[in-house]
Amino acid sequence: MSPANKEHANPRFDEIREKAETRKRAFKEAPGPKIHIGMATCGIASGALETKDAFEQMLAQLGIDAQIHTVGCIGHCYAEPFVIIDHPESGFPPIFYPEVTPGKANMLTKLFLAEGDPRFEHILGATEKNEMIPWVMEFARFSQEKRVVMEKCGHIDPEDIYDYIAADGYSTLAGMFQRTPQEIIREIKNSGLRGRGGAGFPTGPKWELAANEARDTKLVICNADEGDPGAYMDRTILESNPHQVLEGIIACAYAIGAHKAVVYVRAEYPLAVRIITGAIQQAKQLGLVGKDILGSSFDLDIEVFQGSGAFVCGEETALIRSIEGFRGMPRHRPPYPVQSGLWGKPTVINNVKTLASIAPILKNGAAWYRKIGTENSPGTAIFSVVGDVVHPGLIEIPMGVTLRTLIFDICGGIPKKKKFKAVQIGGPSGGCLPEDFLDTPIDFDSLTQAGAMMGSGGMVVMDEDTCTVDISRYFLDFTQKESCGECTFCRIGTFHLLTILERITEGEGNEADLKTLEQLSEDIKNGSLCGLGKTAPNPVLTSLRYFKDDYDAHVEEKRCPGMMCRPLVAYYIDLEKCARGCDACVGCCPVEAVFTTSNRKKGIDQSLCVKCGECMVACPPEYDAVRKVSPPQLAPIVERPQQTVKEHK
Amino acid sequence: MVTLLIDDKKIDVKEGTNLLRACLENDIYIPNLCYIKGMQNPPASCRLCFVEIEGEDHPIASCTVRVRDDMLVHTDTPRVRRLQKTALQLLLSVHDVDCKNCPANRKCGLQDMARFLKTALKSNRFDLFLKKNQVDQSHPFLDYYPNRCVLCGRCVYVCRDQQKLTELTFAQRGFNTVIGFFGNSQTIPPSCDRCRACAEVCPVAALLPKREI
Ligand SMILES: Cc1cc2nc3c(=O)[nH]c(=O)nc-3n(C[C@H](O)[C@H](O)[C@H](O)COP(=O)(O)O)c2cc1C
Ligand code: SF4
Ligand code: SF4
Ligand code: FES
Repeated sequence: MSPANKEHANPRFDEIREKAETRKRAFKEAPGPKIHIGMATCGIASGALETKDAFEQMLAQLGIDAQIHTVGCIGHCYAEPFVIIDHPESGFPPIFYPEVTPGKANMLTKLFLAEGDPRFEHILGATEKNEMIPWVMEFARFSQEKRVVMEKCGHIDPEDIYDYIAADGYSTLAGMFQRTPQEIIREIKNSGLRGRGGAGFPTGPKWELAANEARDTKLVICNADEGDPGAYMDRTILESNPHQVLEGIIACAYAIGAHKAVVYVRAEYPLAVRIITGAIQQAKQLGLVGKDILGSSFDLDIEVFQGSGAFVCGEETALIRSIEGFRGMPRHRPPYPVQSGLWGKPTVINNVKTLASIAPILKNGAAWYRKIGTENSPGTAIFSVVGDVVHPGLIEIPMGVTLRTLIFDICGGIPKKKKFKAVQIGGPSGGCLPEDFLDTPIDFDSLTQAGAMMGSGGMVVMDEDTCTVDISRYFLDFTQKESCGECTFCRIGTFHLLTILERITEGEGNEADLKTLEQLSEDIKNGSLCGLGKTAPNPVLTSLRYFKDDYDAHVEEKRCPGMMCRPLVAYYIDLEKCARGCDACVGCCPVEAVFTTSNRKKGIDQSLCVKCGECMVACPPEYDAVRKVSPPQLAPIVERPQQTVKEHK
Repeated sequence: MVTLLIDDKKIDVKEGTNLLRACLENDIYIPNLCYIKGMQNPPASCRLCFVEIEGEDHPIASCTVRVRDDMLVHTDTPRVRRLQKTALQLLLSVHDVDCKNCPANRKCGLQDMARFLKTALKSNRFDLFLKKNQVDQSHPFLDYYPNRCVLCGRCVYVCRDQQKLTELTFAQRGFNTVIGFFGNSQTIPPSCDRCRACAEVCPVAALLPKREI
């Protein structure tokens, strides 16, 4: 309990906290080992349910009295399903085990829980400092993170409100109700918090605008639409620590004078929907949501609204329209939602991460928050880093850390000794940055200046075998399908961008296409109505600016430097390396393009080859005879011997 | 009343008037498709009515602006014309230009704009993409021609906001967006037969009452 909160004793809350602490103590003091299993969507997708079953069965079989504690996601996706085993009797500290399959679960139960052997070869690290096992905080992936929003994710059971309260959750409410709404707004303003939904609009001033609207009914919306491909931080937070988001919503509602809040979650997130719905119910039962919260006479209802999963519905005005029952189409701003939002009422819309930052700020003070991150972007940034890195996953870092530190130190760099080529930040609205930008600090303004965008925090790292033209094509395919179809530039313009990019990746592009790409991109940016259209050309503009060589190679030489564009590559078999009599690649070719040459080596019939690359995978590493080249003419032509053709027929 | 200067022409209008309307009513033509006089919150979706206003960094859709005193407006700047031409070319790149056989010939929004902007009535910069389905005849009283439609949404607006009906909507997404009838002819009120409001506001004859074909 922090001293600040002690002063604000609130008998109702103290009673709840007392109960939470008693329960936590009972859990801690219960004899026997404790097994913490990550059970968010990512864990479940990697088999956490099966892992849990395996533990339960084996524990029962061996008659071990252990407690299983289901927790959310800890952000280390590469390690899923992860398990932390706390087995004090063994003399070891709590140990973090990655990739615990049911088989491993059985083994750990038998050997570690029953016999006390922690199986060093399977350990990632200890979660406490100790003499026997490396502490996880000695690894950059842990030590360089700064957890504010995700501090409790992966440590508490998201479906048990007492777990959150015992971890100091909801402790800001009692103190908050003793302050005026203006004071709360001032605190948030002083913290410099900027919205994590993409644009980085300052949160305090946003709340103030809504608070100043002299209207009876006001609303709060928590934006958990999260439609960017590859982004999953909001889902993870809702699934791993929903109450921290609710605590932020309550603070926002109190600050602006709203008595109704809506959590807008996409229906494709069934677990998140279930957990946040359950969390609201539990909070209601304890009087933390609903009428007369903690005796403050402040009322707040919180509802969950399931969006039907359109990217554009993450845009605030489209989101509002979709709650109102219309097709989710953005409208012109102003009026901004703080003036006229849902049902025409002043509405604050904030992202999940923004709202989850509120409780830590209220608890530790604005000055504390300002010390994290940079002058103009205080606090932390959460990225879902995917692609060609050793340790992908959710990462929370102080703003201002450079891309280089994030990619090479924290995420372990590029696997397979390959070279870094590009990093795509901000999803479909973001940009693709080259090596020269690796020392760019990660904050709202620096990224925007570089032509990328914080966006909602998707980050894709790409190695040298990447084609930036194809990446742009991928994102344009996405935005073009997700455009609401309302305005001319976005609906038709992005489609033309896509068809031109397709043409280039097929080797059919020309000089004029590059010019059209650039001009049309600028026009779409300047002419579109909403953020989707305004940012959709960013992948094209940045790749044209920073990877012009890629485009030129496609257009002038019909060559794909990343060797990703199928029409521009070819496979052939290096006869020097191919082992006589080896048949490994023959059977795997889906179109029977691999044939036997006159000296019993293999060749590829280019007229049949569909460039799937299966032969390359099948060729044993000791021969490594299959080559991939671009442009395709570089593949030497090997004639198919006459009789094999006959045989073939 | 406020006074504003549009392309060096002094204009007096009521404060808060829609800027596009103020221009049009004072004989200053600005290309436009989606605005209808009296709209409370214009959709600003056709992205044609751009102007530059002194003090603003970027061209802005005039139908979203309310006039202020001393506003300085330029309707004919290189940035404005570039956006308008691109928008028109984009619309034409999905438009079945067949004026001779089109009921809208000579009273067509696209012809007007091409004449005004002195551009061709076909898009040379972009490939032409027409939808396979030439006409949607699923409505009992209306026919819809997707390759004429510019998706200005005027029809949806008059149906919903003026007739207080919900017969029309945007359907599909992205490039495939069209005007749809909710695919259910059972629930269509008979009054639809006589109304025609939607067909009347369509600038390109993409919605036509059935028997006029
Ligand atoms: C196409 C588009 C998609 C968006 N998607 C999201 C989203 O999934 N989640 C989100 O919080 N904000 C999204 N936004 C931003 C919202 O419009 C809005 O700015 C944000 O929710 C405000 O919250 P904040 O101030 O906390 O950032 C999107 C914006 C655009 C233009
Ligand atoms: S920019 Fe795209 S998504 Fe936004 S309003 Fe226009 S068409 Fe719709
Ligand atoms: S049918 Fe006509 S009025 Fe309706 S959206 Fe299409 S062009 Fe506009
Ligand atoms: S008339 Fe203004 S955008 Fe269509």
